[in-house]
Amino acid sequence: MADLLQVTDDSFDDEIINSDMPVMVDFWAEWCGPCKMVGPVVEELAQEYEGKIKIAKMDVDKNRQTPVRFGIRNIPTLIMFKGGEVVRTIVGAQTKNQLDEELKKLL
Amino acid sequence: MEDLIIIGAAPAGLTAGLYAARARLNTILLEKLSPGGQLITTDLVENYPGFPEGISGFELVDRMKRQVEKFELEIRNQEVVRLELNKGKKVIVTDREEFESKALILACGATPRKLGIQGEAIFTGKGVSYCATCDGPFYRDQEVAVIGGGDTAVEEALFLTRFASKVHIVHRRDELRATRLLQERGLASEKIAFIWDTIPTRITGSTAVEGVDLKNVKTGKEFHLPVEGVFAFIGYSPNNDLVEGQLELDEYGFVLTNNDMETSVPGVFAAGDIRSKLLRQVSTAVGEGATAAFAAERYIESLETG
Repeated sequence: MADLLQVTDDSFDDEIINSDMPVMVDFWAEWCGPCKMVGPVVEELAQEYEGKIKIAKMDVDKNRQTPVRFGIRNIPTLIMFKGGEVVRTIVGAQTKNQLDEELKKLL
Repeated sequence: MEDLIIIGAAPAGLTAGLYAARARLNTILLEKLSPGGQLITTDLVENYPGFPEGISGFELVDRMKRQVEKFELEIRNQEVVRLELNKGKKVIVTDREEFESKALILACGATPRKLGIQGEAIFTGKGVSYCATCDGPFYRDQEVAVIGGGDTAVEEALFLTRFASKVHIVHRRDELRATRLLQERGLASEKIAFIWDTIPTRITGSTAVEGVDLKNVKTGKEFHLPVEGVFAFIGYSPNNDLVEGQLELDEYGFVLTNNDMETSVPGVFAAGDIRSKLLRQVSTAVGEGATAAFAAERYIESLETG
């Protein structure tokens, strides 16, 4: 968990919107059980897609602006970006397989 | 060939795994996400004995997980995609491997039931929710509706009062089904308002939920309730996709078993929320998990002795 990129309201545009690589951001919070179920899967995928897709997490409890900007009202929510544009939003806990399929499409 | 495969790592599956590991059965527990199931969304479990102050669902799962790890139960993070449930060996195909086992315990659980009304699907993630502990904090100082009248509906409504300015409980009957204690708490809450004899017919909004259309089932009167969130807690659907057509199910799709948790196929057992039963709780799930593991052990022994 420690080595996964944690983005904030301040770093979001630099890290995500202006990223050369496609990006997936996992919006989560400490209070959310299902987020903790998805967390380890996201971390595994981050290793597998290293150098191909940037995978980051955002703590919605500490960062209030970005979730509002993307209309997030449920977590976990995973948003995939390509060239700064939202290409896919996934709401709720997903299996590694499901996320892997989505990431393949993002390449 | 494995002795036993268990599908699902929540209270029923973890307890079955605990007993199987201690019985030294060659066992693998398969879980598609991290352990926990629906329990992980529960803020505070107050009716599981042994925790007089209550315990968070997450903490309880974590303790169960540590307990099975102590007895070296093997848990693999794989999703089962197909089952072949025969009288003889059971075939379990996952997204990564194929297993054969002598016995199988289904602890796949259940999923919150959808309302099945217009607007529900498009606004999921935009104001429609099935998890108050996940999404409640997004509704600070806003009004929300909770659909349902059982334990979960009232518990989650009470949780939502920490954030929302008003919680409207919309229930199709004129009294709650929830446990008396929860009813008392719900009725006493100043932030909770009740709308009786009423069902939702449509969730409305432009880019996010702005309200819900309601209909009184006794008078037929239709009206609109402006809210920013709709939380649905109207019961559960069994996660039976893998076994439909292979096992006997009840009229709602829950798996039928005998008193030893054995299903209509010998050597296939079911425990927890997926089972057809009266009460779906952590306390019932663990007992069924233990029974299923013990029954599976006896079944495996019977194969060996002929």
